[in-house]
Amino acid sequence: MSFDLVTRPHASLGGPASMRARALARVRRRPAALLGGLIVAGFVLVAIAAPLLTAHGPGTRVGPPFAPPSAAHPLGLDDGGVDVLSQLIWGARVSLLIGFAAAAVSMLVGGSLGLLSGYFGGVVDTVLARVIDYFLVVPVLPLMIVVAAIWGPSVLHIIVIVGLLLWTTTARVVRAQVQSVRERGYVRRAEAIGAGHARIVVRHVLPQVGPLLIANTVLTVGVAIFAETALAFLGLGDPSAASWGAMIEAAFSGSAISAGAWWAIVPPGLCVAAVIIGCSLVGVSVEDALNPRLATSHLSRRTFRLIRDADD
Amino acid sequence: MRGLDRLLRLVGAALLTIFVAITINFVIFRAAPGDAVSNISAIPRASAQEKLALRHEFGLDKSLGEQYLLYLKQLAHGNLGESFSSRESVSHVLVRAIGNTIPMVLLGTAIAIALGVALGVFAAYRHGSAGDHVGVGAALALYALPTQWVGLMLIVLFAGVLPTGGMQDEFLIEPGFWSHAQDVARHMVLPALTLGVGLLGQFALITRSSMLDVMGEDYVLTARAKGLGRRRALTRHALRNATLPLVNLIALSLGTIVAGAVLVETVFSWPGIGRVVYTAVSTRDYPVLQGAFLVLTVSVICCNLIADLVVLRLDPRVRA
Repeated sequence: MSFDLVTRPHASLGGPASMRARALARVRRRPAALLGGLIVAGFVLVAIAAPLLTAHGPGTRVGPPFAPPSAAHPLGLDDGGVDVLSQLIWGARVSLLIGFAAAAVSMLVGGSLGLLSGYFGGVVDTVLARVIDYFLVVPVLPLMIVVAAIWGPSVLHIIVIVGLLLWTTTARVVRAQVQSVRERGYVRRAEAIGAGHARIVVRHVLPQVGPLLIANTVLTVGVAIFAETALAFLGLGDPSAASWGAMIEAAFSGSAISAGAWWAIVPPGLCVAAVIIGCSLVGVSVEDALNPRLATSHLSRRTFRLIRDADD
Repeated sequence: MRGLDRLLRLVGAALLTIFVAITINFVIFRAAPGDAVSNISAIPRASAQEKLALRHEFGLDKSLGEQYLLYLKQLAHGNLGESFSSRESVSHVLVRAIGNTIPMVLLGTAIAIALGVALGVFAAYRHGSAGDHVGVGAALALYALPTQWVGLMLIVLFAGVLPTGGMQDEFLIEPGFWSHAQDVARHMVLPALTLGVGLLGQFALITRSSMLDVMGEDYVLTARAKGLGRRRALTRHALRNATLPLVNLIALSLGTIVAGAVLVETVFSWPGIGRVVYTAVSTRDYPVLQGAFLVLTVSVICCNLIADLVVLRLDPRVRA
């Protein structure tokens, strides 16, 4: 997993509304997108319903450390004698909150800067291009570590740090898309008949950029959760908020391994992975649906189904 | 002369980015709430005079402009200051650590590239079939698992079979060169494997999408139309053309490799630069943290420059 979204070359969108409708239809036809959406929605529901699903508040001691799974505690107890399952459910709240909030920060900042610089060009664009270039090469995790170490650990800080360090990917994608949409005939014509900048952006540019921005934001949710686990593992998480990252860290520093307590280590990692897979399935499906080039492949079996391949 | 022009521009851009990184590195640490001395946890009840003396010693009583110039001057001499906690020269600490990090990271990255590219090409070749779905599913799962968690799992699985911490057996007394090398290699297996597994999925996904992109090109259709077999068209025409975007994209994941190294070294107590970062964070040793961050950033910028130069060399359109 990375701190940069998996970058893929982008083909541009075609005509306006009909193209978008077709892309949306293609997203809906993808079982992967549906599966990913269900996974994420499931975790969100569990996080919201946490008080109903758990018998104890977060961090309540209910038995001896590292008690193995039993009927009362299906996932056993952790190093502090806390029920792993209920801790996992409470952890979903923190991890998802950080993921979604940081992605929202990055969507707002990256989306608006990408839009501004792609649409108006000029000085804003030059400066933004430099900043994006810098963030493209700077190792993001060490930068997060440095800022988090200086600023002090709290959920709010982590959200802001992660969000503000992930926005450049979004800005890059949005900027490229806006630049290409801006040159389209219908935008030019709208301009010619006297539409103002605000109207063009809202009516003609945003609808074309929207799906891509959403796809990117969904992917960023996963990246942000991943970044939080890394920060928490390095001791930079909020000590009062038991996220999944903090659970992995606790298992490591509480020597769950030497106690043989696999039940304290395995579940949080799998939860993180499940949410990230869910986000990726949704995000990548939307991106794929928007990228008509991926539909053509001259080497796939389907293209040549009627011809017997000599080398097969 | 287009090639030379590009080369100069790339080097110039890299130098500019390094300068920006140096400056940002200065600004971040000066923007800290309270200065470094008030954060030295090693002296909880220092008197006002002691604090003043320390401030003077670390140059924190000067104006920001003066401090910046001093910082640049020291940097030009390769002086990164000294550690708050051990009073050792930061550059010594970092040089020693980097020497330990590089072989481990190289091995891990090599594992990831070899397996990741193979998996990605396989999935693209089987585009739309069950093989593709399984390949993408596996890549996505590996991509999604937190690196530190993968490390812990490998420790659970291989504890007792392979060493799970440190870089050498502390109880080997004066080992010969070969037994020492063997010992280090054994210690390197799990960290490198963890790093490789952490990066593999991402490389596979990148490879698959750039292969799919290339496979839609007309020259691949032409290759097929003139009678080349699928496999030959794949290796000769698609894979060769997908190499360029691949080199670029793998270079862009250098930051990910660094992140992976920090986590892996923390899990396995590998005495490299990632562990230096971890220790510096937990002791709030700002000079070491600042130095490590600078070294990491500059090495990623340099590796990116090298990747750009490789692309320049590989791409006949630029070389002409």
